[in-house]
Amino acid sequence: MAGFEPEWARLSCNENTVDTAPFIELRDVSFAYGERTILERINLKIPRGRLVAIMGGSGSGKTTLLRLISGQVAPQQGEIIVDGRHVEHMSERELFEHRRRMGMLFQFGALFTDLSVFDNVAFPIREHARLPDSMVRDLVLMKLAAVGLRGTEALMPAELSGGMARRIALARAIALDPQLMLYDEPFTGLDPISLGAIAHLIKKLNDALGTTSVMVTHDVQHSLNIVDYVYFVAGGTLIAEGTPDEVRASDSPWVRQFVRGEADGPVHLAYPAATSLSADLGLGAPHA
Amino acid sequence: MLDTLLTPFIRLGHWVIEAIRRLGFISRFFLAILMNSAQSLTRFHLVIREIYFAGVLSLIIIIVSGLFVGMVLGLQGYTTLVRFGSADALGALVALSLLRELGPVLAALLFASRSGSAMTAEIGLMKATEQLDAMNVMAVNPIARVVAPRFWAGVLSMPVLAALFNVMGILGGYYVGVILIGLDGGSYWSQMQANVDLHVDVVNGMIKSLFFGAAVTLIAVFEGFDATPTAAGVSAATTRTVVTSALVILALDFVLTAFMF
Amino acid sequence: MKRTTIDLWVGIFVAIGLAAVTFLSLRVANLTPQGADKTYTLYAEFDNIGGLKVKAPVKASGVVVGRVTGIALDTKNYLARVNVAIDSQYAFSRDTSAEILTAGLLGEQYIGLVQGGDEEDLKPGDRIAITSSAMVLEQLIGKFMTSFAEGSGQDSKQP
Repeated sequence: MAGFEPEWARLSCNENTVDTAPFIELRDVSFAYGERTILERINLKIPRGRLVAIMGGSGSGKTTLLRLISGQVAPQQGEIIVDGRHVEHMSERELFEHRRRMGMLFQFGALFTDLSVFDNVAFPIREHARLPDSMVRDLVLMKLAAVGLRGTEALMPAELSGGMARRIALARAIALDPQLMLYDEPFTGLDPISLGAIAHLIKKLNDALGTTSVMVTHDVQHSLNIVDYVYFVAGGTLIAEGTPDEVRASDSPWVRQFVRGEADGPVHLAYPAATSLSADLGLGAPHA
Repeated sequence: MLDTLLTPFIRLGHWVIEAIRRLGFISRFFLAILMNSAQSLTRFHLVIREIYFAGVLSLIIIIVSGLFVGMVLGLQGYTTLVRFGSADALGALVALSLLRELGPVLAALLFASRSGSAMTAEIGLMKATEQLDAMNVMAVNPIARVVAPRFWAGVLSMPVLAALFNVMGILGGYYVGVILIGLDGGSYWSQMQANVDLHVDVVNGMIKSLFFGAAVTLIAVFEGFDATPTAAGVSAATTRTVVTSALVILALDFVLTAFMF
Repeated sequence: MKRTTIDLWVGIFVAIGLAAVTFLSLRVANLTPQGADKTYTLYAEFDNIGGLKVKAPVKASGVVVGRVTGIALDTKNYLARVNVAIDSQYAFSRDTSAEILTAGLLGEQYIGLVQGGDEEDLKPGDRIAITSSAMVLEQLIGKFMTSFAEGSGQDSKQP
């Protein structure tokens, strides 16, 4: 059984080759909302320290994948293992423990609208670490500097542009130096400059902090430039995977259509709703 | 044919099941709030902040409404009492009406529409903009961090607002009865003092408002938490807060009155 | 908004609340601390006190001079014994009379004191000897009905 890999085997793998010991592993995961199947028999392995993108059209179930990894929803079937721990059986306490080592950037940032930028970034620090105010302040300023927005501490989220809000949210997500970063559509609704800045930041943070990052996106161009590996999800199953170079050279019609953003192709025939795909891929078009 | 006949019953059945589901959820939610209240005590500034939004910002509406309700009571009470030659009893009438019923009930209704709806909208919007999810993912329990402080702030603010409403009402009645109509100020107060009992009237009224505060805030935070995370969903939840609170306040008032007096 | 500003406002809010509760208990419910005002106690016995309640005012010439502090049935003579606390600044003569009166037709009942002519004053703990009981509306109506019936009976005999 694949589920009973001995502990020593995993440890030795960690020491020798990072690639073969997955930080995140999904085995045979299925998920449904009521009768509606969202994901079916997903298997994937993400090695430690990698930046991986999960791509697919709207409603393909890729955001659900993130929610499964963060433990916000539990699968009906299958196993989700993050850093050797089974997420699907976690009690509430264990889940909170799990999430403490995890950061997540939400689609539109999800900044707390009633708190200032400073308090937003300080939020996870204050909640989880009893630190003196001066230390909290230093940490917040460091994180803000990391996203290039030092000096915005006193602003309220309503006063920020979309790109700035996203970067503040990123600063908040990395406030506790997470081992795992999850990005939910980090590029949606941003102008090209902010978009480039966010993409650059994600790459930089991944390399600098050594975190494992999973990014769910339908923005092919920007993600292919920064990620190490790509999974394609459609109709609740993984249909293709590969490094960015492999993906660009892929002869799968589906991948070609997705990467090039063609209106017509296999997706058009199989999924009528995906006709808006090209619009989705256009820069600045908000996610429906 | 049979289907069309059955449709209303099917709908009624769905409605009943949904209502029972929500009753179950709100009970579970109430327990969850109580169990996650420790943080509200250890970090009391969270509650203080919510008292500001729920209580302090309701002061104006409570003061103005209390004053007007007292003035109306004074005027109506006078025209009725003067027919029986007992206009002197105006003070007692105004004070007892306010302390026993109108103060707690009207203050709670105002509180529901002013602060309850705001709480629902706030929590509903936090849900719609994934702020609650973000909190969850940051390993912070939104019930402990967002809901419980609001709940306790509501419970603590309500008696204060009700007491203030009573005082303003009594002063409003004094203004109409004594200053405008010209009754004797001394008898306004002495009749009041002779007929108002601290325990039966004042304390019971405060206990009522404590119950109302808990009920209104519980409904408000629950509706926000249970709202469909869309603009339409939040606005529907806000409406439901006001309507449900009003019904619950009046029903609860009946039950509490039957128990107390 | 800054936390200190919020704290300040909530402080004001709590102060308003305390003031309101104090007002309600002292001014409205008249919970005056016992023994703060100097009073002395007298008692009177009535055949019937009607609807007189504890805390009802005691008035002389319409001025409130004290309050009813206790009502009990004296089982020796089966009369109602009413204790009243009179403000120490008022002294009443030994032949003062007490009656239970009603303010308005349906108003509250209170004790009215009428000063007598005796030179000696009542001392604390003394009994007000001359009393007249409450008018009980039912009895009054009953009496009226009987006299009316008698009157009409006589009327019918005459012709």
